[in-house]
Amino acid sequence: MSSAPHTTAETAGTAHAPHEGEWRGVDRALLRMRRLLVCGPLLLAGAAAAAVLWATAGAWTLLALVPWTAAAWAWGALARNWRSWRYAERADDLLIEHGVLWRRLTVVPYGRMQLVEVTSGPLQRRYGLARLQLHTAAATTDAAVRGLTPPEAQRLRDRLTELGETRSAGL
Amino acid sequence: MTDVRDSGTPQPDAPPGGPVRRALVRLLPTRPEGTPLHPVTPWRRAWAPIAALAAAGLHNVEQAGRWLTELSLGWLALGLLVVVPAAAVYGFLSWWCTSYLVTETELRIRTGLLFRRTAHLRLDRIQAVDVRRPLLARAVGVAGLTLDLVGTDSKDQLAYLGEDEAVALRAELLALAAGMAPQTARHAGEAPAARLLRVRPRTQLAAVALRGSFWVAVVGSLVAPGVLYAVTGSVFALLALLVPALSLAGRTTFGRLLTEYDWTVDDSPDGLRIDRGLLGREHATIPPGRVQAVRVREPLLWRRLGWVRVELEVAGMGKEKGGTLLPVADRAAAAEVLARVLPGVDLAAAAAAAARGPRRARLGAPVLWRAFAHGTTDAVFVARSGLLERRTVLVPHAKVQSVRLRQGPWHRSLSLASVAVDNGAGGTAHARLRDADEAHALLLAQADRSRTGRRTARAERWLT
Repeated sequence: MSSAPHTTAETAGTAHAPHEGEWRGVDRALLRMRRLLVCGPLLLAGAAAAAVLWATAGAWTLLALVPWTAAAWAWGALARNWRSWRYAERADDLLIEHGVLWRRLTVVPYGRMQLVEVTSGPLQRRYGLARLQLHTAAATTDAAVRGLTPPEAQRLRDRLTELGETRSAGL
Repeated sequence: MTDVRDSGTPQPDAPPGGPVRRALVRLLPTRPEGTPLHPVTPWRRAWAPIAALAAAGLHNVEQAGRWLTELSLGWLALGLLVVVPAAAVYGFLSWWCTSYLVTETELRIRTGLLFRRTAHLRLDRIQAVDVRRPLLARAVGVAGLTLDLVGTDSKDQLAYLGEDEAVALRAELLALAAGMAPQTARHAGEAPAARLLRVRPRTQLAAVALRGSFWVAVVGSLVAPGVLYAVTGSVFALLALLVPALSLAGRTTFGRLLTEYDWTVDDSPDGLRIDRGLLGREHATIPPGRVQAVRVREPLLWRRLGWVRVELEVAGMGKEKGGTLLPVADRAAAAEVLARVLPGVDLAAAAAAAARGPRRARLGAPVLWRAFAHGTTDAVFVARSGLLERRTVLVPHAKVQSVRLRQGPWHRSLSLASVAVDNGAGGTAHARLRDADEAHALLLAQADRSRTGRRTARAERWLT
C-alpha cells in the first residue's frame, strides 16, 4: 500500500538547508489519494461530457478534452506539490516546508509547542495516512505535516512531546 | 473546598446591641463568612430595578406620560412608598449576602440573595489586580477592585470597598500571590512606586488634535451632512446624519481624551502601574515578563515633534486588549519606560536597526515598499510598516513562538520573500519584501536567536 518515504539529504552550510539533520518527504500514498480525489472526478466528468456531446452535438465532443486536460495538468501539479512537502527535525526546532507557487517555510521551536495533534480521517486511514498538527501559544502558527504514515506520525508526536518537555519554556 | 456558609450553623457570636436588633438579625439570612463590602454598595445595586423601571418608561414615552397624568397624586405616593423601600430592602439584602474572604491560597467572593454564587479565585493565578474609581465612586470615596486571572476572559470584580481598604487588599493579594506568608502579607502594604512619567494635559490635547483620525472625524461629521443638506435641503436628513456622525467623532476623539487624560506611569515591584482618566480614574498594572510585543505608532503629524504612542501585546489578553502603555510621549521618555517593560531593549537602537528591503521591492508593492523595513538587535526583532502612520513592532527574541517564510509566485520571480514572526499574544510581526536569500537566512537565524534568547531569559515570574 505505502512506499517508503523519499528522503532528500541536503548538505548543511547554505542558508537554505537546516544546519543539521535532513529533510524528510511525506508518504507517496498522499499523492495517490489526492490524485484519486482530483483527477478521478475530472476524468469521469470528461467521459460523461464526451458521451453526452457525442450523442447530441457531434464536433463539440472536443470540449470533453477540457476536463481531461485539467486532469492531466493536475496529475503533474499534484506531484510537484507532493514533492514540495517536507520537514526536518533539527536539534531545537522543527522545519516544515510546502507549496510550489506559494511557498511556506515554518520554524517551530520544540520548547514552544503546546499541543501535538495527530488526526486521520476515514479516507486517510484507507490510504494509511495521518496528519500531524502543532499548536503553539500563537494561533497564527500554521504548522501541519500531511501525509505521514501512522507509525511515523506517532514517532514524531512522541519525539516532539518529549523534546517539548525538556526544552519547555514559558510564554 | 469546604463551604462554611452551608453548614447551617447560626452566627456563633451574637451581634452586639439590644434584643430588638438581635431579633432582626436573626430574621435575616445567614451572613456568609468574610468581610462585607462598603455600605455604599447597595446604592449601586439599587440602581438596577430603578433603571429597569426608567428604561421601561422611556421605551414607550407616550404611554408613560398618559399613565402619569391619569395617576392621582395619592397613587403616585403609594407607589413610591412601595417601590422605594422594596428597592432599599433588596439592595440591603444583596449587600448583606455579599462578602469576600482572603485565605492562604484563595480569594473567595460570595454573592447572591436568591441565586448564590461563590467564586474561588486562586491567588497564584492572579495576573493583575486593578483599582477602579469611577466618577460617582470617587465622589463617595470608594473604589472597586478588578481581578485579572490567567486564562479567563471575564474579569472578576469586587465593588465597592473603601478606598484605603481597596488599596490595602490589593497589596495583600499581590503579596500573597508573590508567596509571602499570610501574617506578613496582611501588613505588607502597597509596594513602593516611583513615578516614571506623566503625560501633561497640554501634550495630550495637542496629540489628539494632531492625529489624522481627529480631522477625519471632524471634517467627516461636518462636511458629509453639509453636502447632504445642500443636495436635499431637508433638515431632517441633516440631523439624521449629523447626530450619529458627531457622536461617533466625539467617542473616538474626546472619549479617548477622557479615558487617557492625566496618564501617569509608575514603576513598582509588581509591574508598571498606569493611572488614567479624567472623570473616572482607572488603575492598571502591566505584569513584566508577560509582554509579548510592543507596537510603536507614529502618526504623520507627530513625527516632526518626535512623539510616539506605545502599545503592548500581553499574553492571555488577546490581540487588542493588551492596551496602551503610553498614549503620547517623546521618544526619549518612551524609550525609558519601554526599557522597564522589556529590559535590555533600546528603542533608538531598534529603530536604527530597521532597514529597507532591496529596491526591486517596489515592484512587489509600488508605494508601500518605502515603509517596509526590518532589522534585528540583540534583544528584539523589529518590523516597520505604514506610510502615513508609521508602525514599528518589536518582538523580543525570547517571546517568538514560530517563524514563517512566505513567498508567492510574483515575489519569487523578483527573488523576494516575507518573514512573519508570531508571538504568544496572537500578534504577528511581518518583515515584508526582503531579498529571498536574506529571508531564508533570517528565518534560520531568528530561530537560533529565539532559542538562545529563551535560554538566557529570566525565569517567568510576574512578581519579582
